[in-house]
Amino acid sequence: MSTETKPDIEIDRSVGDFRYEMDYAFDAGVGLNEATIDYISDVKGDPDWVRAFRKEGYRKFLEKPMPTHWATKDLENIVFENIRYYLSQGQVPKRTWDEVPDDIKKTFERLGIPEQERKFLAGVEAQFDSEAAYSNIKAAVGEQGVIFVGSTEGLKEHPEIFKKWFGKVIPSGDNKFSALNSAVFSGGSFIYVPPGVKVKHPLQAYFRINAQNFGQFERTLIIADEGAELTYMEGCTAPKFETATLHSAVVELVAMKGAKIQYITVQNWSSNVFNLVTKRGIAHEDAEVKWIDCNIGSRLTMKYPGVVMKGKGARGEVVSIALAGDGQHQDTGAKMIHAADNTTSNIISKSISLGSGRSTYRGMVHVPKHLKGCKNNTECDALLINSHSRTDTYPAISVRGQGNAVQHEASVSQISAEQIFYMQQRGLSEAAAMSLAVNGFVNDLVQQFPMEYSVELKRLIDLEMEGSVG
Amino acid sequence: MSAHSLSIRDLHASIGDKPILKGLTLDIPKGEVHAIMGKNGAGKSTLAKIMAGHPDYTVTSGDVLLDGESILGLEPDVRARLGLFLAFQYPMEIPGVTIANFIRAALQARLPEGEELEATDYYAKLYAKMDALSVPRNFTSRSVNEGFSGGEKKRCEILQMAMLEPSYAVLDETDSGLDIDALKIVSAGVNALRGPNIGMLVITHYQRLLDYIVPDKVHVMSEGRIIHSGDKDLALKLEAEGYDWVEKQFGESGIKAA
Ligand SMILES: Nc1ncnc2c1ncn2[C@@H]1O[C@H](COP(=O)(O)OP(=O)(O)OP(=O)(O)O)[C@@H](O)[C@H]1O
Ligand SMILES: [Mg+2]
Repeated sequence: MSTETKPDIEIDRSVGDFRYEMDYAFDAGVGLNEATIDYISDVKGDPDWVRAFRKEGYRKFLEKPMPTHWATKDLENIVFENIRYYLSQGQVPKRTWDEVPDDIKKTFERLGIPEQERKFLAGVEAQFDSEAAYSNIKAAVGEQGVIFVGSTEGLKEHPEIFKKWFGKVIPSGDNKFSALNSAVFSGGSFIYVPPGVKVKHPLQAYFRINAQNFGQFERTLIIADEGAELTYMEGCTAPKFETATLHSAVVELVAMKGAKIQYITVQNWSSNVFNLVTKRGIAHEDAEVKWIDCNIGSRLTMKYPGVVMKGKGARGEVVSIALAGDGQHQDTGAKMIHAADNTTSNIISKSISLGSGRSTYRGMVHVPKHLKGCKNNTECDALLINSHSRTDTYPAISVRGQGNAVQHEASVSQISAEQIFYMQQRGLSEAAAMSLAVNGFVNDLVQQFPMEYSVELKRLIDLEMEGSVG
Repeated sequence: MSAHSLSIRDLHASIGDKPILKGLTLDIPKGEVHAIMGKNGAGKSTLAKIMAGHPDYTVTSGDVLLDGESILGLEPDVRARLGLFLAFQYPMEIPGVTIANFIRAALQARLPEGEELEATDYYAKLYAKMDALSVPRNFTSRSVNEGFSGGEKKRCEILQMAMLEPSYAVLDETDSGLDIDALKIVSAGVNALRGPNIGMLVITHYQRLLDYIVPDKVHVMSEGRIIHSGDKDLALKLEAEGYDWVEKQFGESGIKAA
């Protein structure tokens, strides 16, 4: 890559931690008020209903208290007045990498996105701060009627599908951060897979924060029509900044009768990102929604992917891996709402806490009294590396009525200094020893991932361990 | 003290402010097997762990040389890659890490950057060594030492030693917890590794082990020092008569009384 020789980059050995200087053509400035929202709506050319939806979201955002009565006080350190809510170089993503402005293209090339696209993806959307810089789907997939565009294009070009589901899985007032996202959302994907179409290769979105003091608020809506199947993957990175950055996405999934959606996240945020994301899917009759969620990095992540099993025989699954490095807090979990007979949910959560890192699991499984034949299985395993790590589990399982089965298992294991010494005595460096222990701990889950992502996850774990022994 | 030995020179070490090694000197040339015997709490395991670089202990004076070079400033993994192996008295359990992956990672760590361990050769060698040590092959997929019996853990230590081919090995009570058959198997495994390219230090309480692994020298350790050395017969005498006579004759208190 010829761009590699340019001297204008600040880098560190961890892959996401670099940044090119940018001039933004569109900048909503610092802070949030009605005018900020109007600026975003104007720039994006929102239809009136979207502008109204944003304003409504903003009102709810102001009304809702910070959830510090149950969540960490660290949330209070987010200074909403200091955040920049919209930054872009334009609103229309390019269809070829050649058209993408050089400074943005360089970033994605360093992150290996175009290469992955060539190798194994059915389509890619690459978001840089507020807007997608690139969005493309392989011709063969497009010909099957699959729609894969950014949220802005989705709401304008496909309003009949978009409007029907947008904000329905996750109402804007679901929580303070979903309300904030509703007010200022930009970017994210809109996907529609027609009945019976099974998309063989994954579609991928990559979310990149480049600017300091920035808030990224992408909004993703995925609809798999009857019998359709789709795997969607998202990756995220940001460089390390002196000040906090906010990432607050809303992701809504709709799996119609017999459809299957698998949503995979491998995020590697730098240690000053507040990552507060709301993710939920609806599974209709015999449909399946599966979240695979790998949370590495960030200062604080709060994320509890959920599935509402609305139709008989629907299945919901959350497989999550959270790694809380020194000074980080991973507050993750799952929500399973059983709303029909014979629905099945499965939660497997593995968390790793390193040094002063902290992991919290919060689960919610709800099976109302009138339902029959519902099953839930919950397993939460925590691995502590070093004695001052902290882990908490808050499973809330409310199952009423007869003939429903729940199973809950939790375990905590330790990797002590003694165990690290034992591994070092065999010739493994401290970082390699910790990586091996962590990879061993998550191995059974990682085997469910597509190959490329399991390799990526292993690489991220190795990097995190190297960083942690410094 | 040659360039081909593991050499401990007037080593003083403590944990916190409690001195444990108090001037220990010992030289294990390549090609030889030395045994250390001594009462509980004499400092035998401490010596082994200090050589391996355990971070809890502080060396206050003296030195440990591997082939003539001091290793005291090196990280434990660097010492290991230089050829030092410790079979632990209490091997650690590593949840989630299979034996096969563990040993493989350890071997991989010894290769130059960018070079990959050849998987087929690796497994062929691993299975051969497992068979020789009567470790069932399905152990490869079990987590390191997790749920192993005492004897299985010890056999697994020797398996690791056989795979890593160290130039100096310290075996800390590898015989304790072994039944007679296992003792024979493990001893045969250790003897198979004996040769001009390895020096061994065998820590034991039982002279029975030394019937199988016949040492070139036997040392008696007491209160953090080697107080007496002899040949194999010394072990027999210790077993028959206990430690009191050596300690009286050669130990700290004995010397003071004399
Ligand atoms: N981490 C530690 N903290 C406090 N004391 C320690 C520690 N490690 C060793 N010691 C002390 O050092 C002394 C020597 O212990 P060590 O384990 O080396 O004895 P040993 O000769 O191997 O005994 P054994 O035959 O019972 O295995 C003992 O008194 C022990 O209690
Ligand atoms: Mg001991």
